Amino acid sequence: MSEKKTSSTKPAGSSTDLTELTEREILEMQDSMGSEWGESAPRKAKAFWPSALRLAGTFRDHKLGLSIVLAFGLISTALSVWAPLILGDAMDVIFDGFLSGEGIAFDALGRLLLAVLAMYVVAAVFDWLQGRLLNDVVMRIVYVLRERIEAKVNRLPLRYFDTHQRGDLLSRTTNDVDNVQTALQQAFASLVYAVLTIVGITVMMFWLSWQLALIALIALPISAVAIALIGSKSQQLFTAQWRHTGRLNGHVEESFTGHDLVTVFDRQDSMREEFDERNEELWEASFKAQFYSGMIMPIMQWVTYLGYVGIAVVGGLRIASGQMSLGQVTAFIQYSREFNAPLGEVAGMANMLISGVASAERIFELLDAEEQEADGEITAPSGAGGAGTAAAGADSSADGAVATRRRIARAELTGPTRGRIEFDHVAFSYTREKSLISDLSLVAEPGQTIAIVGPTGAGKTTLVNLIMRFYEIDAGQIRLDGVDIRALDRGAVRSRVGMVLQDAVLFGGTIRENIRYGRLDASDEEVVAAATATFVDRFVHTLPEGYDTVVEDEGANVSAGERQLITIARAFLADPALLILDEATSSVDTRTEVLVQEAMAALRTDRTSFVIAHRLSTIRDADVILVMEHGDIVELGSHEQLLEAEGAYHRLYWSQFAAGTDPDEDEAVLEGSLGVTGEIAAVTGETPVVPGEAPTTEA
Amino acid sequence: MLWTLLRHHLRPYLPHVAAVIVLQLATILATLYLPSLNADIIDNGVATGDTDYIWRVGGLMLIVAMVQVITAIASVWFGARVSMGMGRDIRRSIFTRVGRFSTEEMGRYGAPTLITRATNDVQQVQMLVLMTLNFMVMVPIMSIGGIVMAIREDPGLSWLVWVAVPVLVLIVGLLVTRLMPLFQRMQDNIDSINSVMREQIMGIRVVRAFVRERHETARFESANATLTVTSVRIGRLFVIMGPAITVVLHLATAAVLWFGGHRVDAGLVQVGALTAFMQYLLQILMAVMMGTFMMMMFPRAIISARRIQEVLQTRPTLAEPARPLALDAAGGGAAVEFRGVTFAYPGAAAPVLDGISFTAEPGKTTAIIGSTGAGKTTLVSLIPRLHDATSGQVLLDGVPVTDLARATIAETVGLVPQKPYLFSGTIAHNLRFGDPTADDERLWHALDVAQGTEFVQDRTTDGAESAATGLESTVSQGGTDVSGGQRQRLCIARTLVAAPRVYVFDDSFSALDVTTDALVREGLDHHTHGATTIIVAQRISTITGADQILVLEEGKIVGRGTHEQLLESSQTYREIVDSQTTVGEPA
Repeated sequence: MSEKKTSSTKPAGSSTDLTELTEREILEMQDSMGSEWGESAPRKAKAFWPSALRLAGTFRDHKLGLSIVLAFGLISTALSVWAPLILGDAMDVIFDGFLSGEGIAFDALGRLLLAVLAMYVVAAVFDWLQGRLLNDVVMRIVYVLRERIEAKVNRLPLRYFDTHQRGDLLSRTTNDVDNVQTALQQAFASLVYAVLTIVGITVMMFWLSWQLALIALIALPISAVAIALIGSKSQQLFTAQWRHTGRLNGHVEESFTGHDLVTVFDRQDSMREEFDERNEELWEASFKAQFYSGMIMPIMQWVTYLGYVGIAVVGGLRIASGQMSLGQVTAFIQYSREFNAPLGEVAGMANMLISGVASAERIFELLDAEEQEADGEITAPSGAGGAGTAAAGADSSADGAVATRRRIARAELTGPTRGRIEFDHVAFSYTREKSLISDLSLVAEPGQTIAIVGPTGAGKTTLVNLIMRFYEIDAGQIRLDGVDIRALDRGAVRSRVGMVLQDAVLFGGTIRENIRYGRLDASDEEVVAAATATFVDRFVHTLPEGYDTVVEDEGANVSAGERQLITIARAFLADPALLILDEATSSVDTRTEVLVQEAMAALRTDRTSFVIAHRLSTIRDADVILVMEHGDIVELGSHEQLLEAEGAYHRLYWSQFAAGTDPDEDEAVLEGSLGVTGEIAAVTGETPVVPGEAPTTEA
Repeated sequence: MLWTLLRHHLRPYLPHVAAVIVLQLATILATLYLPSLNADIIDNGVATGDTDYIWRVGGLMLIVAMVQVITAIASVWFGARVSMGMGRDIRRSIFTRVGRFSTEEMGRYGAPTLITRATNDVQQVQMLVLMTLNFMVMVPIMSIGGIVMAIREDPGLSWLVWVAVPVLVLIVGLLVTRLMPLFQRMQDNIDSINSVMREQIMGIRVVRAFVRERHETARFESANATLTVTSVRIGRLFVIMGPAITVVLHLATAAVLWFGGHRVDAGLVQVGALTAFMQYLLQILMAVMMGTFMMMMFPRAIISARRIQEVLQTRPTLAEPARPLALDAAGGGAAVEFRGVTFAYPGAAAPVLDGISFTAEPGKTTAIIGSTGAGKTTLVSLIPRLHDATSGQVLLDGVPVTDLARATIAETVGLVPQKPYLFSGTIAHNLRFGDPTADDERLWHALDVAQGTEFVQDRTTDGAESAATGLESTVSQGGTDVSGGQRQRLCIARTLVAAPRVYVFDDSFSALDVTTDALVREGLDHHTHGATTIIVAQRISTITGADQILVLEEGKIVGRGTHEQLLESSQTYREIVDSQTTVGEPA
């Protein structure tokens, strides 16, 4: 019956792995680079036992359930192991009756057979009960594990997402959890069962006849060696197969995704050659893997047959010499058959467990990752908020950070948000080695529109991210309406700020749902009103499904520009006190942009707004324009003031609009701009280039 | 569908398949022979105390076991060869077919589904074939052989087979049919929980910006609960399977002993035959069970096969000309001419391009500007013949592109696509995509022009052994590990290396900041000297210097001329310019 056990667990297990991948998963893998294709290959844990123990520890809350599972398993196994013996007795009744010529004692036979059946039925019921219970426990554990992972994702600092491959993170939260589930559900159950069966059968065999038991056990090392040899070989081959699958799939993916390029450059042949090469490698590897792993079963069976032959011969001799009964030998044959099946199972399940533990380890790594400080428990380097030069700020964050931290008392914003933002000697760096913002001070008065311009990498996005508290600053203070934002709950800060991000991230679902994400309790009318104000309504009407059009990942139904408009509508609907637009209209064509600008202008009235854009047209009307370079504000003032000052802004402006003029002059301007940039950064420091009336950097 | 696919792709492997069947037959005969020999030992050896006989038959059993293992392994060898070889062939067919697809077919399917079809769907079919050859072939042989042998041992008990087999099939079949829709549902549930997770991770900033952590947690929880419910149901069905089968098998065993006992008592059959019969019955039942399980693989494989066949039966719309014409490669650029070109996507009501006619002269720059959706990208995609015009002609140096070989078009036209795409590998590998023979000097020169030298020089990635820098540093697939602007510059450089006679830039400067944009175009002016340049752009400043500007609006050319001329003549152009500058500013 253990044979049945094996086959009953296989179908689910064998078909998971890579064959189960859906298109969505492929896309995920695509995101996580081609090389991760091999991920589904069995992994090895870095520290097997600690991780295995920790995984076992997840059963802690289910001690009672587990005890019942073990007890029931024990009962079931004991009965199944005992039953063949009774069956042997039944056999003897027939054989004895046959040999003695007195006829078979049918009442005895009937009693024995009924007893056997009863034993098997009871064993089956207990087996079923323990399996069901274990199943429920494991599912509960996996459910909680998923829940913990999700909660963890919400507590991780954004820095974590920046420094880790998102594909890898996804893989940990999805594939690895599935893998753990499979391991717990199948391997754990079968392993317990198999071990109990092996022990039980061994005992029974020795009890019946130690001579025959030895013969049966001779088969044991043979099959163990066979499994070990072929098993580890085929393990390697499977790893190779997954590696080659990964290589091939990566290539297919690239060729198909870059199909236009391949056509334009007419590289179909070379792509095809590469494909053939990898396809051939995969064939080679998968053939070997399938062949080796396919050999295990016949060989195991052969070993079983060897034992069978040995027992048949020796058993026959012993019956002939009257040392054993036929029934005993029959029982023995059944034991020896049932002995090898759980052995194979143990081998197979061990691999599954090893791979499951490796996955668990990756999940634990994620769960152990450092979290952002909880709201209300924020600390900051002591002494921060005072002046402090750039260098000092960077140093304190690098070295004595832990020693000199002080707790920031929790605060709340009361009354309506005015939207005054102050940066007070703020220092920030993504990595300890390289400081990005060294000492930045700035005041945005309520209702002002602050435009931020500057080359890529100047720190524009970082600046607005700091307002959102996506990152914690290293030194200084950022204040919203006079309150240090670190004293506030993150949610309190963010819910007052509407942000439109550089990447137009939409969620799976309809356009309506995506807009409503800005304010979950908004009515349909409000959604449409926001959409109309941001020119979403206009193109939504051209879609067959209107607002119920499902936004697809790769789908061409909504263009990049339209996606951006939807994200703007989302922020519009949120109706925040502050607004941050990070390249919000970069994919929208300029004529639509002008219209959106008008809508945004209406939205910006009475709201403090930060606008980042490459297109100067977007920010011309701002109250204050910040020109950033290398994390510093190098210029600040209104459009007219900055043009008059003929500094960095002037050059940026001209480089955009001067293309139509004399090329020589153009070139000269550009060279000039490159030559002086560094100087300006050095000279300006904290001094505002333009002594603007309203907002100035604090001296 | 499955059958059509298999019939076609299994043809080269028919001898192998025949070998599998013969070998499986031999294996099973040997397997079936063993219980019969065992019965002999009991009846003729044990019962009579003939130890010689026992040894002799024992030896025979050993030989039979040897034969059995050898044929089984040989059969696995052939089976693996057939299934994996067939998988390889199908993959190759798909890859070749998709390679000939035009942009239209690519667009119709989308790359992700084609990738899945070429990889996972093939895997499904391949595994089905492997399993069938390794196990399914055995089922009918084993069943029939087992029944024959069982009847030979004792025809009077054979009715037990007819009772036990249907009962087992019923139980397993019921469970399997209930499990299959659940498996499908679980797959869907896993998809949806993964997509929630994926969105949370990919959209983490949006989630946090809108303080929607709780909302997302609720979504995840509901997906998690749904998945758990399905998993629990599957698990509960699964744990019935083992015990239920155990009971059936032992019921059958007991029945054999009970009814067999009566027949032994009546002298109709020998005891050994009884044990053999028991073995046969078990073997038949195991085979039948295996077969029922295997049925689970079929629905999925059929779906996969259908998806594969769909691709294989798609005829590419862009045929290579039967007798391609040549272009005179001498003399710098090649003139690009559109003659009354109209283009509509199949099934679409309105054409994307309508009656487009213009000529882009060698040595001159032609710019195309217009709103999103005006048809700019479609227009330039006709030049390297990614699509064919629905009516009208696109000509290179006076020759219709439909009369040119793909290789000729590739040599002539260099398109920098709107979405900058890089292949995984070194930067040098990517730059040489246009011309594999280019030396490093040319690569650096192209990078100079594209303003990429600096960041390529600074770039360091983990190499095979030591860190790789510069041209040997690597980029990930799609170029996701370089910034958008760097990706665009690399794509520009790649086309520069190819040194085509016609440059087509499809909004290729959009991710560059204005300063870099200007520098790149400055360099291009010198580098592409003599070549025909066509630029699609959003930014007015990018195109003000063009010799000819085409203003595209809803698929039609609504204005053409130089910047100055258009400011006079085109209302649409003025609107675009106005949207980017303030009235009265120098422009």
